[in-house]
Amino acid sequence: MPQESEDKGIKLVSATNIGVNKAGRWIFRYVDLDVYEGELVYVVGANGSGKTTCIKTVLGLIACDEGSVWHAAGLEIGYVPQRIAVSPTLPITVRRMMNLAGRFAEAQIEAALEAVGLERLGDPQITTLSGGEFQRLLLARALIHKPGLLVLDEPDQGVDLAGSDALLELINKIRHELNCGVLMISHDLDRVMDPDSDVVVLIPHEHDDPLASYAAKPVNLACSSRS
Amino acid sequence: MLDDFFIRALLAGIGLAIVAGPLGCFIVWRRLAYFGETIAHSALLGVAFAILAELDLMIGIFAAASLVVVLVYMLERQELMPIDSLLGLLSHGALALGLLTLSFFPTFRIDLHGLLFGNILAVSKQDLLVIWLGGTIAIATLLWIWKPLVAATLNEELAAVSGLHPDRTKLIFGVLLAAVVAAAIKIVGVLLIVALLIIPAVTIRPFSASPESMAVRAAVTGLAAVVGGLYLSAQIDTPTGPSIVLIALLAFVLSRLALTMFRARKPQNP
Repeated sequence: MPQESEDKGIKLVSATNIGVNKAGRWIFRYVDLDVYEGELVYVVGANGSGKTTCIKTVLGLIACDEGSVWHAAGLEIGYVPQRIAVSPTLPITVRRMMNLAGRFAEAQIEAALEAVGLERLGDPQITTLSGGEFQRLLLARALIHKPGLLVLDEPDQGVDLAGSDALLELINKIRHELNCGVLMISHDLDRVMDPDSDVVVLIPHEHDDPLASYAAKPVNLACSSRS
Repeated sequence: MLDDFFIRALLAGIGLAIVAGPLGCFIVWRRLAYFGETIAHSALLGVAFAILAELDLMIGIFAAASLVVVLVYMLERQELMPIDSLLGLLSHGALALGLLTLSFFPTFRIDLHGLLFGNILAVSKQDLLVIWLGGTIAIATLLWIWKPLVAATLNEELAAVSGLHPDRTKLIFGVLLAAVVAAAIKIVGVLLIVALLIIPAVTIRPFSASPESMAVRAAVTGLAAVVGGLYLSAQIDTPTGPSIVLIALLAFVLSRLALTMFRARKPQNP
């Protein structure tokens, strides 16, 4: 990580050789990852390679059993999980949800909802939303805090192709507007090769085998395609 | 006025219902019914505690129940077993230990029936003081942790990323629950306290659009059930706990009947 830091601006998070072990088995291992301001970093890997566990470790939700994670002081993180189970007995409307972790003015809430295209929704209970709408609401909720780092776990899951393009376009627009770093899991390799992305972090598969060749070296297959 | 046993029971019950309403909502939202039972089951151990240490009954129960809350909190993160198995272990372990310890005391010192089902004659002036003082502290604490608690109820990971410390909030909530169990011992009894937490909350759920309105309405519903139940108990000489719970259940059934009729007339779902 040290050499490239001059031309990339402010570093937001840094994970060094992290791994998580559960009951003797490595969920993932040997991952290095840095996110800088305004940078888009993709995390890719096969099903079950530990992508979600990896970003949860970067977020600090899971402690790593190996390596270390560093966050810039005072970094505000917006997290959009893949899907969350919401208790059907908890009455919460869309607008109330925006105020869950802060207190925002009506205009700010309106702006955040408009940014994700939910401004015409009114104020229904969140349990009545469709999967795509709920995903957008989670994104709006993350945005309203003006995060320095946006972390998304396959945001286009369960959204159709057109919707998925629009969503990723939206995330990119937000990235440029807020100049925030974006760390995003994707299963779609075509998208990852998009010239707009800066870095790809590949999570290796079958990292339990010590004889595997990749085990010897870190697997940050970083390919800076821009700038 | 406080010399009248019925007035004392009424005031104690009202204090209890005001705190139990909002806490009961979280029990329903977060599916913590068995957690509530576990805390309640530790109450008899607390009674033994209180007798041995010559403490106020409610203080003893609060101490024992808090201990169980901390144990659950610590053991849960070890991920040794599914959470309901862990709760079963602690719940029945505490109950067995409590009953065993109580069996060493002469029976005239303990009104086991009263502890289990509530006793309208049992509330003393000192109890009233403890309940209202404790209740005021409990409500203040709940208001203090309200925002992080609601956020953690929606999703713990989102709350954690927002820096709201869901673990700490959960622990404080558990201690508040221990306080409610302690306050409930003379009015509702150990065996039925979870009903007073859950029934008002589920009764009012369909009529609530926000967590806050549901919490307030649950408190009011619980209050009505307590007043109605105590009146019933005084009139026909029944144990207070079952009387209160039955009134609450009646309110639930009536609310669902009203809902069905309302929906039949207006096809649109509110």
